[in-house]
Amino acid sequence: MSAHTATVPAVPPRSGNRAWAKFRRNRVALLGALIVLVFVAMALFAPLLASHDPFQTSFMTIRKAPSASFWLGTDELGRDIYSRLLFGARASLMAGLVSVVIALIVGVPFGLAAGYFGGWTDSIISRATEALLAIPFLILAIALAAFLGPSLTNAMIAIGVSAAPKFIRLTRGQVLAVKNEDYVQSARALGASDLRIIVRHVLPNVMPPLIVQATITIATAIIAEASLSFLGLGLQPPNPSWGSMLNTAKNFMTQAPWMSIFPGSAIFLAVLGFNLLGDGLRDALDPRQEK
Amino acid sequence: MLRLILRRVLVAIPTLILVSMIVFMLQKILPGDPVLTLAGEERDPAVLDYLRDKYHLDDPLPVQYGAWVLQVAQGDLGKSLRTDVPVSTLIGQKLPVTLQLSVMAMFFAVLVGIPMGIVAAVRKGTVVEMGANVAALSGMSIPNFWLGIILIMVVSVQWQLLPASGYVPPSQDFWLSIKTLLMPSLVLSTAIAAYLMRHTRSAMLEALGADYVRTARAKGVSPRQVVLRHALRNALMPIVTLVTLLFGELLAGAVLTEQVFTIPGFGKLIVDAVFNRDYAVVQGVVLCVAVGFIVMNLLADILYILVNPRLRHA
Repeated sequence: MSAHTATVPAVPPRSGNRAWAKFRRNRVALLGALIVLVFVAMALFAPLLASHDPFQTSFMTIRKAPSASFWLGTDELGRDIYSRLLFGARASLMAGLVSVVIALIVGVPFGLAAGYFGGWTDSIISRATEALLAIPFLILAIALAAFLGPSLTNAMIAIGVSAAPKFIRLTRGQVLAVKNEDYVQSARALGASDLRIIVRHVLPNVMPPLIVQATITIATAIIAEASLSFLGLGLQPPNPSWGSMLNTAKNFMTQAPWMSIFPGSAIFLAVLGFNLLGDGLRDALDPRQEK
Repeated sequence: MLRLILRRVLVAIPTLILVSMIVFMLQKILPGDPVLTLAGEERDPAVLDYLRDKYHLDDPLPVQYGAWVLQVAQGDLGKSLRTDVPVSTLIGQKLPVTLQLSVMAMFFAVLVGIPMGIVAAVRKGTVVEMGANVAALSGMSIPNFWLGIILIMVVSVQWQLLPASGYVPPSQDFWLSIKTLLMPSLVLSTAIAAYLMRHTRSAMLEALGADYVRTARAKGVSPRQVVLRHALRNALMPIVTLVTLLFGELLAGAVLTEQVFTIPGFGKLIVDAVFNRDYAVVQGVVLCVAVGFIVMNLLADILYILVNPRLRHA
């Protein structure tokens, strides 16, 4: 790239197509997208794909090893693990998605305000963000979930709120980077209102890194939800969630290893999928940001 | 330089105050009358009135906060609602366990992550780099409580090599202490090692592309010297800061690791407190972790100023 092309606006027109072309060539990213799609399909079509009722207990089938009738074995109450995994995908993916949406709703407006207005607004928001970032993500989520009471909804709120500071910081940084670009200045010179400048000119340029961060945060949120459920602070029994399945499985490690192996692999694969996808999106959308 | 450090210290103060406010507000989101929660099983009106008075619960919020901060500043984090033991005592008992676990985990993470990052950057575009990238992504994606369960099943149950749970203080039996925490600290280190690898790799890639590296190469410095003396020394600077910052992540990860391996540390303390609705303990632990993190952050920045010649002479 020659020296003077570097001064064009951060997102030139039609860059979406170029990013898509770059993404399509990235095999690892496509693998991530495929894994994510498989899990989304599992969650959406769980009732069709399930071989058993995920809630059906049976004393005749307690802790049976994987077999033709129970593909991934059964748990301590005789429930089919394969069917519970499918329905568990719903809880995990929903937790990942909803917490990230909460984090975006809380984080982006504050980040935009801090970056765009600067001054006191920025000082207050930035100090508060630093304070929240000082409490490790999972500890804050555990404390919030504990004080709010254990349930999937509260776990999602806790994870979303805990993840918000990262989005505030990211958005603020991006706004600072584009605030003094020519196109923002000229919009202001033409008399556009602050709101219009933010929505029409600043936000679109902040989007690519936000999309990347959101994808990676879904991965983090899935692990966080599984962690909270594992501790008993997430989705409550008898509802299936991967984390709570592992929580009971750890009591039967030797007698029924399949109870731990499959839910854990599901978490691992789902999180890996979102991480691969996030990496691929970063390469395609945001080549400056290496991590 | 002194002014730079002083300014950094001053910036930490509002953050500390805000953190204390957040932790204070935690108890305000509790549903129901806080006195009933504080009193536990006790329902004697005299006791309830005493507690209401002691915690200034009838006063406006800022007064309550002021009273609470004054207590905390004197090292009084309240008492456990269950055991009546002061929260500060509990933290004092459990913190060394988690610190030992975290230090061991950080040791492994640095030992694996940084060399892997260097090799991945030097061997860019080869199978080696791809392997390192896959390993790092897997390390980031694997839930450490699950890895713990699998390792217990294989290493402790099948092979009977290492103890599956428990804790022995190093003062009692040093090697046994290391041995019991070996598996938990390895489990805890995976995500951090992955993180360190990725950051070292990108910092090294940047350094290897810098002008001074090209100059060194042109002068005929051996490739090994270029990597270790010229590129690594510059790339390591942000990594040192990162290592201190990642201690916060370790403390959080320790919560789950301690749960899986039944280690009586900080994580076990907060989880047990959550289930006993022992809110004073939860608050105390969160505050302690946050303050620790802010102090680490401060130390990291001061260290950065001290090791960076450009800032040292500023």
